[in-house]
Amino acid sequence: MAFAANAPSVAKGRSLWGDARIRYLRNRAAVLASCVLLLLVAFVLIGPIFAQYSIEEIDWGIMGQAAELGKPALANGHFFGADDLGRDLYARTLQGTTTSLMVGLIGASVALVVGTAYGAIAGYVGGRTDNIMMRIVDILLAIPSTLVIILLMVIFERSLIMIFIGLGLTGWLTMSRVVRGQTLSLMQREFVEAARASGVSDVMIIWRHILPNLLGVVIVYASILVPEMILAESFISFLGLGVQEPNTSLGALIAEGAGTMAYGTLWQLMIPLSFFMLTILCMFFIGDGLRDALDPKDR
Amino acid sequence: MFRFILNRLIYAVPTMLVMIVACFVLMHVAPGGPFTSERPLPPQVLANIEARYGLDQPYWKQLWDYIANIVLRFDFGPSFQYKDRDVNDVIAQGFPITLTYGVLSFIAATTIGISLGLLAALRQNTLADYLAVGFSFVAQVLPNFVMGPILILIFTLHLGWLPGGGWYGGQWQYLIMPVIALSTSYMASIARITRSSMLEVLNSNFIRTARAKGLPTRRIVLQHALKPAMLPVVSYLSPVFVHVITGSVFVDIYFSTGGLGQAYVNSALNRDYSVLLGTTILYGGLTIFFNLVTDLLYAWLDPKIRY
Repeated sequence: MAFAANAPSVAKGRSLWGDARIRYLRNRAAVLASCVLLLLVAFVLIGPIFAQYSIEEIDWGIMGQAAELGKPALANGHFFGADDLGRDLYARTLQGTTTSLMVGLIGASVALVVGTAYGAIAGYVGGRTDNIMMRIVDILLAIPSTLVIILLMVIFERSLIMIFIGLGLTGWLTMSRVVRGQTLSLMQREFVEAARASGVSDVMIIWRHILPNLLGVVIVYASILVPEMILAESFISFLGLGVQEPNTSLGALIAEGAGTMAYGTLWQLMIPLSFFMLTILCMFFIGDGLRDALDPKDR
Repeated sequence: MFRFILNRLIYAVPTMLVMIVACFVLMHVAPGGPFTSERPLPPQVLANIEARYGLDQPYWKQLWDYIANIVLRFDFGPSFQYKDRDVNDVIAQGFPITLTYGVLSFIAATTIGISLGLLAALRQNTLADYLAVGFSFVAQVLPNFVMGPILILIFTLHLGWLPGGGWYGGQWQYLIMPVIALSTSYMASIARITRSSMLEVLNSNFIRTARAKGLPTRRIVLQHALKPAMLPVVSYLSPVFVHVITGSVFVDIYFSTGGLGQAYVNSALNRDYSVLLGTTILYGGLTIFFNLVTDLLYAWLDPKIRY
């Protein structure tokens, strides 16, 4: 009826996540970065349809004369030019960006799952188990992780899977520390005590009460990990120890471009470099935005 | 405090042991060895070589001898690759180089980074602040392997001011680019951390009290604000140190400086296990030592932490 609209409405509660979303959307840099990153992902997904060459196809007319004939041009189908071997840089940059994004995403996911599980268990069980588990993390943290990955890549077969293993092996350590600290403080809270008192099992307490409360911190940390993983992979690929030819990654492309920059083929460096910097910059802004949105204390 | 240091030193022992054992195992389960080549050696020759390096012994014996030699004689064993040099020689040759540009990069990253951050925080929302923040955002995406080529492009290829690589006893011309390449992105991160932490401290109650008391700004900043503001920076120093170590691999290869990073990658590619193990242990030991130093620094800065 008519006064239904006038009836005093109960103030709608704002959830933690609703709040976070509002805060995130207010952060202009973060929103812009998300849009750019989405565009980048879309480009990487759709772009290959327009590629005139595959990543390993050699344009024999250009090979060896990249400086004169391999410039970025629409006419010959090399939108981003060609590399020194006459391979299409458009297709290769797209693949490199895909590799980087995948490494960041998968690497961070592995670290997230392993680190959260490990940290939550250590924090929840506590006592001697916790002590031993955290000592192990301390020991592993003392070893420079990139060196471990280099070691793995050199000693075993060089492949994308090995990079994932290497990044996953080393990436979860800090995450587990953060999660453990959070779990310890959550354990002191009343709702955990209440759940205990009413006889909820340990597994259920972790699953229903601890994990959801960890989510904010975990997401923030994961968003910091993503660019770190991309940087690590690019570093290793730059050294020539990463993915194997003909597959490529941004680090490998930057290395190739840097190797030929004296011969007037600057686009070979600048194009992969721009993609690399754009990706990382977006990730940083998004990470900042997420931290401000989900962890307001931290400001 | 003394007990804390002792405690940490005691913990360093199992850490080092685990590291040695892990690397040792990793290298022995890996396919291919230091003496596998395209043309396989006759079995007798191979057996002779392996006997010379003690590779015919059971694994536990090899491991035991290795650790015993390090502990008793500080001897990391012979190189499998170079007949006339042992691992100590390789390290003695490369380490001073890495140390030189590593320490310089570390100093550059911290001093310039902290100064920039302080400048930005104390002149918040002025042109200086915007410039510093802008720089630190851009520089963050300039890791060493991006800075290296850019620097070479500008200073060597276009301007022709600096040599593109080499070491020559560490003359300044050969030092500039490695140091800039290695320090830029951490400088940026340190500047950002310093700025935000300084701003937070400047907004806290005890600073307001100091202001209300009428203390001059200079004194407030130097005596009251600086110490607590440095805490987040100090906790970031360990990662920076590790990155400088890792970055040495890039610098040595890209600028041909001939430091330890080069030895590391070469030994990995040549399966020169003893050099690889030696450098890994050295890097790990340095990291552990540095973590101890930052812990102490942290304790000194933060009165709430007492060991």
